[in-house]
Amino acid sequence: MTETLSPKHSPASRPLSPNSWQYRELNAKTPGLSHLSDALIGLVEKGEPVVAGSADLQYSNGLAKFAKRFPERYIQFGISEQNMVTAAAGLATTGLKPYVATFASFLGLLCCEQIRMDVAYCGQPVRLIGHHTGISLGFYGTSHHATEDISTMRAIADLTVVSPADGPQLAAAIKASAHYPEPIYFRIGRGREPDVYGPDVTFEFGKAIEHFAGDEITIIACGMPVHPALEAARKLNAAGRSVGVIDMPTIKPIDKAAILKAAARSKVLMTAEEHNVLGGLGSAVAEVLTEVGAGVKLIRHGIHDEYSLIAPPTHLYAHYKLDAAGIEDVVLNAIGGAKG
Amino acid sequence: MSAAESPSSPPDHRVSNFRPTPETLAMLREKARFVRLETIRLIEVAKVGHYSSVFSAAEIFAALYYDIMDIEKGNPTRPDRDRFLMGKGHAAVGLFPILAEFGYIAKEVLDNYTRLGNPLGDHPDMRKVPGIDFSSGSIGHALSAGLGMALGGRMQKLNFNVFVMLGDGEMQEGQVWEAALSAAHHKASRLVAIIDRNGFQLDGAVDDVMGIEPLDEKWRAFGWEVHVVDGHNLEELTTLLRQVKADDTRTKPCCIIARTLKGKGVSYMETEPGWHLGYLDPSDAKIAIEEIMNREI
Repeated sequence: MTETLSPKHSPASRPLSPNSWQYRELNAKTPGLSHLSDALIGLVEKGEPVVAGSADLQYSNGLAKFAKRFPERYIQFGISEQNMVTAAAGLATTGLKPYVATFASFLGLLCCEQIRMDVAYCGQPVRLIGHHTGISLGFYGTSHHATEDISTMRAIADLTVVSPADGPQLAAAIKASAHYPEPIYFRIGRGREPDVYGPDVTFEFGKAIEHFAGDEITIIACGMPVHPALEAARKLNAAGRSVGVIDMPTIKPIDKAAILKAAARSKVLMTAEEHNVLGGLGSAVAEVLTEVGAGVKLIRHGIHDEYSLIAPPTHLYAHYKLDAAGIEDVVLNAIGGAKG
Repeated sequence: MSAAESPSSPPDHRVSNFRPTPETLAMLREKARFVRLETIRLIEVAKVGHYSSVFSAAEIFAALYYDIMDIEKGNPTRPDRDRFLMGKGHAAVGLFPILAEFGYIAKEVLDNYTRLGNPLGDHPDMRKVPGIDFSSGSIGHALSAGLGMALGGRMQKLNFNVFVMLGDGEMQEGQVWEAALSAAHHKASRLVAIIDRNGFQLDGAVDDVMGIEPLDEKWRAFGWEVHVVDGHNLEELTTLLRQVKADDTRTKPCCIIARTLKGKGVSYMETEPGWHLGYLDPSDAKIAIEEIMNREI
């Protein structure tokens, strides 16, 4: 038996500067990180047999709040993501509804086989929460980026794939998931995205949300890029252009009718996603268009088959044109015209 | 240390209370023989299968299904039933005939084992086969699934037992040890791992391919209660399993290392690891069947 050194914690000799911070306290004060826990707490309070689990990231996904409220309904799995996913499937066979969370990069790639074999193939209604998806972990680097998870998850039969645009939509989707029969992969952000929706937003699986209709172009976005796409469209529309925006939170099953409606109206379609353009939302939309021979031009905007550079997330969004100014650029490049 | 942990310990009255009667033992021996014979019959339909992986586990199947597990004929979904999972899913061909005897699947379904549209394949599928508690086929997942079941049972105060049969080659999978660590941490005391320590895997002897010893010490070090037993001695095996099932004071998960012979029951398989996967021409199957019929294990 190896004993660890005894900690000798004592307070700092003077109060720390307000600029200093430590991770647990900062995360506890980040409102966007409470949506997941609050929604799950709401489900348990309604009598749903919900259990939550995390793999040593309960302060990153905010499940620490749930764990504190319902310790008997929370399972700490430690740094063993594959064990967590398979055990969640085992829990589900006993009639419980497990919601397990870790970084999207680990769920979508490290646990891909456990999700396929033990969750989806076994038909167990496990809810997998992949947080800090896309390049939102910025300079933590490629190991922590998830730019392939839509692609891997949507290729798994019987698995629903959902990418909420913000915290309120995530909360609504979690609430709606209580009686959804299939397993679900939720691809969520880092809890610091600006809100698109208000607290009363509702969620329906497989339904897109049309914000604007556009004659020149329609942007179909999911996740973080929805907010900047709306901002870019508002600006262009105010300048007399006609830019539509559709939020596509359910990537599988995808809302074909919404895509085809936009294809019938707009000259150009454009997808925007925090993901590799191969295999993600852009590919899913392309599949719908080609199957019916829609013949409309589609621009797939996202990460173009590369490993992201290292930088703070907002700098990366600017670099990869996933912020409002960048999306405006890409739109104008597609439909012609100078930036306002 | 319990008497079962050390076969050389003096007789323990607690153990003797759990010993099966001669009648029960005779019945269990017949069931193990039934598992071996049915395996040969079903593999004749598929023309390929894992004879020797079933033969090493035949006594474990017999003891669990016909003596130990709290399960009900004709009702494979009772929420508080005991569960059985197979990490070594390739031995499912030995389990399907038992499920038919329990009335979970029709006996005629066995006759078309692996044929187009039949629910029975080389590995068990819980969505296709009533009585299969969890699908498997990718080695190394089952202990995690069993852990989830045990935790789910405890949360809902359904204290059923979860028996997970693991291959010894399976010990090479990392996820097994994630589950082992986690089960001990969460005190999943109704979780029972049974390792079919038959010594062989596809590429050869486990000790040559990727050694796993000292196996008992590894599980003990991971915080499990460990027993080592002769996996073909139905009297010892059944006594131990009855004792483990009855022990409601245990706070640790339980690991039973069943020392077995791959191919046990058919002499020419027992010495040849290549029989992990194979096919017996009916003329050769006849010799195997004769030996199974006449040999006492």
